[in-house]
Amino acid sequence: MAVKREKLKSIPGTTIFDGAESRKGYRINKFAMSFTKPENRRAFTADEEAYMEKWKLDQKERKFLRDRDFRGLIEECGGNIYMIMKIGTCTGHGLYHVGAQLRGQTFEEFLETRNASGAR
Amino acid sequence: MAKIIGGIGTSHVPSIGKAFDMGQQEEPDWKPVFDAYKPVQQWLAEIKPDIAIVVYNDHGSSMFFDKYPTFAIGAADSYPIGDEGWGPRALPEVPGDPEFSWHLAEELVYNEFDITICQELSVEHGFLVPMNLCFPHEPNWAVKTVPIAVNVIQHPLPTAARCYKLGQAIRQAVDACERDLRIVILGTGGMSHQLNGTRFGHLNTVFDNDFLDKIENSPQELTQLTHQKIMEEAGAEAVELIMWLTMRGALSNKLTRIHRNYYAPMTTGMGLIVFEEND
Ligand SMILES: [Fe+2]
Repeated sequence: MAVKREKLKSIPGTTIFDGAESRKGYRINKFAMSFTKPENRRAFTADEEAYMEKWKLDQKERKFLRDRDFRGLIEECGGNIYMIMKIGTCTGHGLYHVGAQLRGQTFEEFLETRNASGAR
Repeated sequence: MAKIIGGIGTSHVPSIGKAFDMGQQEEPDWKPVFDAYKPVQQWLAEIKPDIAIVVYNDHGSSMFFDKYPTFAIGAADSYPIGDEGWGPRALPEVPGDPEFSWHLAEELVYNEFDITICQELSVEHGFLVPMNLCFPHEPNWAVKTVPIAVNVIQHPLPTAARCYKLGQAIRQAVDACERDLRIVILGTGGMSHQLNGTRFGHLNTVFDNDFLDKIENSPQELTQLTHQKIMEEAGAEAVELIMWLTMRGALSNKLTRIHRNYYAPMTTGMGLIVFEEND
């Protein structure tokens, strides 16, 4: 039942969260993971700039975050979708908002592609 | 003697938990998924398992990439409700059976599954959504649990075949337990979905239904699936399906499939399959 060693190949339109991504995204993902504590969510909401400074985010990460550019955080900064969604939830951007951004669509356009968009 | 009496493959989509909490079970777009579990709840109430082994993954609640275990097992008296970034859900802590967890851990490790043992573990949607769909929780949960967490989010992931073998090893470990326990095992996650890139929202109903066929009749074939193949066909996050193979590996081939459902309303193929052991 041995399975051949598999080298992952890139898939169009897809981010595979592997070691390289995890290393690249370690800071932003750790920052996002901090949102699992209510006091950290409150600190971010109270003063976003101070909270980003506390975590020493780089300028690119800060810009994407200010712009609510979740695509940038994921695709350019190594953000893991599950971590980034902790930030998104805090800023009022749910998964389907982020998904529409990733697809380059409006939220409404994206919902139209779904089978039963009431289940959200 | 402890005995596995059934297995369940089920999606663990987080929005189901939210809909559950908001009481949206009867809303037209949600009803098909919630209704599908009613006979499963009834079946579980009849067969009365003592313990549910729940194979799931942590999406950044109790575990982070500083140390993310490939396989981990909970061994606590109870599992608190985790905060995934939006506050813990209002659910009672989930009871564990640490004695049984340690038994499993010991058997698994001596069977060459070097699993990480967690004496403190909060649980999140990967674990809780299937629990909500299958078991009542008021005033307290109707079953004790053993969480088994699998890394399906940070490659390299364990292979499909490895996950199946973990299930086989769990079965051996259960067989070696002297206590009189009736056990069900849940394999959770998937089915097709992708949550990143321009392919966000990718679904593959054909793949999902074929997987449901094969998990019943030819699981060996599924153990040959590579992560690459699953991701290409069914989306990057569909690799979670390898956790269903742990459930299936823990079952025999003398099974009756008693329920099956499939519904893909938004971005995830929500699958359900239920097996009962014949003897
Ligand atoms: Fe998941």
